[in-house]
Amino acid sequence: MAHPKEPNRLQLNDQGRLRHFLTLDGLDRATLTEILDTADSFIEVGARSIKKVPLLRGKTVVNLFFEASTRTRSTFELAAKRLSADVLNLNISTSATSKGESLSDTLQNLEAMASDMFVVRHSQSGAPHFIAESVTPNVSIINAGDGRHAHPTQAMLDMLTIRQHKGAFEGLTVAIVGDILHSRVARSQIRALNTLGVSEVRVIAPNTLLPVDIESLGVSVFSTMKEGLDAVDVIIMLRLQKERMEGALLPSEHEFYELYGLTTEKLEYAKPDSIVMHPGPINRGVEIESAVADGPQSVILNQVTNGIAVRMAVMSMAMSGQTAAISAATPE
Amino acid sequence: MNIEIKSGRVVDPVNGVDEVQSLYVSEGKIAAIGVPPEGFLANEVIDAAGCVVSPGFIDLCTYLREPGYEYKGTVASETFAAAKGGYTAVCCPPETLPVNDSEAVTNLILDLASRAGSAKVYPIGALTKGLKGQQLSEIYSLKQAGCVAVGNSGRPVANLSVLKRCCEYAKTHEMSVFVRPEDVSLASDGCVHEGAVATRLGLPGIPVLAETVAVSQLSLLAEETGAHIHMSQLTSEKSVELVAAAKARGIPVTADVSVQHLLLTDIAVSGFDSRLHCLPPFRSEADRLALIEGVNTGVIDAVCSQHQPHEAAAKQAPFAESEPGVSSIETALPLLLGLERKSVLSMDMLVRALSAGATRVLGVKGGSLSVGESADICIFDPLAQWVVSDESIKSLGKNTPWDGIELQGLVKATLVDGHTVYA
Repeated sequence: MAHPKEPNRLQLNDQGRLRHFLTLDGLDRATLTEILDTADSFIEVGARSIKKVPLLRGKTVVNLFFEASTRTRSTFELAAKRLSADVLNLNISTSATSKGESLSDTLQNLEAMASDMFVVRHSQSGAPHFIAESVTPNVSIINAGDGRHAHPTQAMLDMLTIRQHKGAFEGLTVAIVGDILHSRVARSQIRALNTLGVSEVRVIAPNTLLPVDIESLGVSVFSTMKEGLDAVDVIIMLRLQKERMEGALLPSEHEFYELYGLTTEKLEYAKPDSIVMHPGPINRGVEIESAVADGPQSVILNQVTNGIAVRMAVMSMAMSGQTAAISAATPE
Repeated sequence: MNIEIKSGRVVDPVNGVDEVQSLYVSEGKIAAIGVPPEGFLANEVIDAAGCVVSPGFIDLCTYLREPGYEYKGTVASETFAAAKGGYTAVCCPPETLPVNDSEAVTNLILDLASRAGSAKVYPIGALTKGLKGQQLSEIYSLKQAGCVAVGNSGRPVANLSVLKRCCEYAKTHEMSVFVRPEDVSLASDGCVHEGAVATRLGLPGIPVLAETVAVSQLSLLAEETGAHIHMSQLTSEKSVELVAAAKARGIPVTADVSVQHLLLTDIAVSGFDSRLHCLPPFRSEADRLALIEGVNTGVIDAVCSQHQPHEAAAKQAPFAESEPGVSSIETALPLLLGLERKSVLSMDMLVRALSAGATRVLGVKGGSLSVGESADICIFDPLAQWVVSDESIKSLGKNTPWDGIELQGLVKATLVDGHTVYA
């Protein structure tokens, strides 16, 4: 049998501390709780008039975005700056690769600039693993979204939002609605919710938007909002990309909205104190009604605020774990 | 030139032989087993005590990479690697640059092979020009030049009408058609088995349906046209069932499976290890067990290496962007011996799957130790241990997931036409 490349062998150091943050797979409840607790402490920093702590002073963080993003990239940038790091933003999208330069070559060049941390977004699932494993072992890698695989910081900021509003995870029923198939956010959320001990994670979608064996991730599957939203505490709506109409996955936005769009009417199926979340950007009138997105149960803007704190938490934890790993590997 | 291969465990499934005895080679042919021919004087004695002496292995799928991809492998490097793996003959798919769709390319490959002097090479010609799946290639000329079959090397054929005509034309010239069964639209951009692992990793999956639909279509085409269709690298339980059913109806189909698919499942790709990026993909445990069963029952005729050497850079990319394939011809025997030690595969079946099975598919001579046959022989120590490394692997492609692993089973000598090509 081949070497098992378990994510934890890669993302944890010898002391079991994070050195990269690639996936929530295999991270235990204590680690996830530590991220949330650390993030809580950074929320206070954001409320100060001088919003900086010196945890990453003298460190260079490179935002490596191989796929376009405004919101995620800006919150990572703000998070790094609040930790006092020097930040370089690189939108590589297709420029380097279209010139024939391989990903390995691009990264080796960046590593030669003595970077300490790469925040990576890439359209290929597993790209951050590849970078952490093969290319730049001395740089701490933070996954800012890879293909359909994972978006662990988004999931953790969602967990922080849920904890703020619900106090604890025990006993909660959470429904994730929409395009599960293409969603890295959903995959990470499902993992986080199960690790943190909610009662039930549900997914609500037509079969065309559900990956094979989704139940194996620990979810129950529903095809109607009426059944799926019944008595849930948290509703997470996913963004629906327009391209989904092309591959015969859905007939029309209209029919999708009719069946799975979160309207005031459908919100009634959930608990009266349920909260409504969305990783953004929102397609009003496609997956969610404006009145719901802006309504009293919506916590969508809290998610954005929490995004900075969670990213500060993850970056500071990983940098400290990586520094420890490097110094342990360096002879006296 | 007379050679005595002394005191080995001679395993020859075709002749029902499995006992410790000596094998006698004379003038490049098998001269006798057990008792030397009258007046036999050995010029050379090979001590095979503790070793298995079997027909040389014959591989149905070895990418030699030359011409065109010499940075991945050359005819000389890969046929030597094959000899080190115990192979005395290998079939090379037409996916070269230029594509092997002409006598010229076939002649070039055969010439390079003959100069290299390691394993024999049986080229598979392109089924369609440029492997583009649109126009018939010159199948008759390819046959004249020495191609043993035609195939499309895993590339799609535009539509069933073209494929049907290809089969009809191949049948006219009694050439076998090698096809990797896969419906292109269902496989789409998939790079792993569609199942729980793909779902967790967010990698696009290839459903079993992509293979079974193709196996069904190919069986019907073989029945309709009478062409012999060989299905390369089956991966699923259902495909084995479909092939069994087709064979039971007397349809001229055969099938093989790769060694890797007998050992690995989709769990192996859990860590995004690009060395395990392989097409067709590794599937479930139930599929793996059904493939082994298929070999044991003979539904699957042969086990191939599906040797695909790559330069290091080909695997230096995120999983889906890395090039698929494993450098596997030197690990095939020890990996199968692992199954033999677990009593999953008998020694007889192991040797049959690596030798006689392939000759039956190809309709060529060899694959046995019958008196008078070419002395294509493999002598291996089933217990000797060795560590897979860049140094121990002779292929130019070091892309093996078993790198650093100790394997059991080592080829001591490989003879082609009575000449020792590896020892």
